[in-house]
Amino acid sequence: MVFRRVNEFLPVAQLRDEMDRLVSDMFVPAARRAPARWAWNAPSFPALNVWEEDDVIYAEAEMPGVKSEDLDISVVGADLTIRGRRGADAREGVAYHRQERGTGEFNRVLRLPVEIDSAKVEASLTDGVLLVKLPKAESAKPKKIKVSTGP
Amino acid sequence: MATQASVTQSEPQTAERTRGGRVYRACVDILETPEGLTLIADVPGVKSDAVDIDFEDGVLTIQGKVEPRYKENVNFLLNEYGLGDFYRQFRISEQVDVGRIHAECTSGVLTVQLPKVEAAKPRKIAVKAAG
Repeated sequence: MVFRRVNEFLPVAQLRDEMDRLVSDMFVPAARRAPARWAWNAPSFPALNVWEEDDVIYAEAEMPGVKSEDLDISVVGADLTIRGRRGADAREGVAYHRQERGTGEFNRVLRLPVEIDSAKVEASLTDGVLLVKLPKAESAKPKKIKVSTGP
Repeated sequence: MATQASVTQSEPQTAERTRGGRVYRACVDILETPEGLTLIADVPGVKSDAVDIDFEDGVLTIQGKVEPRYKENVNFLLNEYGLGDFYRQFRISEQVDVGRIHAECTSGVLTVQLPKVEAAKPRKIAVKAAG
């Protein structure tokens, strides 16, 4: 089966968007409510996969053709901001048969469920995939409480 | 352009794949110059050695394999896209010099150059002014 990568007209995609909106109240992605300025294809670019492993939250986004110098990643408190751009290749004397790949600027802010130790954030861009490693702040780490037995 | 090549999309693949998992349609730009056609495809997560390009009977097939990046039972807080291989197929009704097809894949962008055969290139005919 061949799936369309991005097709916001598919009922499934719409449903997914609706679900995102439902979930957003818990997760509060600020950028989703703001009007998309220069989305490539999706209403909020880039699409994110975010997961948790012990004391680290990972955020991953696909951004083929984006140069690392054109990316600006910042973390303040629990807000992760990913800004960047993909320039259009200026080509003269060519005829386009198809033009599906978007260009332009993007900006996405994501509120994470916990505070992040912004000094320890690392980001890497490999084969067009951005991976941001977000270690939780000390205050956000779970603490084991020793339970003393009474006399 | 004098020799406008026509590029049409082929029917989705009929042959069965040997690899399981999802397949995604890569977004492409296809542009034409007098020298040939260039196909540019977004294939994030595909390494340069994991690309498979096939040109047979005027049908160009591109495939990019994406290796799994997540551990099993990963606890997603947000899961907005799925992982899978990229696939796209085009019928190209232009005389392509098959031996000179070349491709490169960097930063998740695959570029395939399909040079036209000499005969298909438009030739400028100089018109001499009569004396």
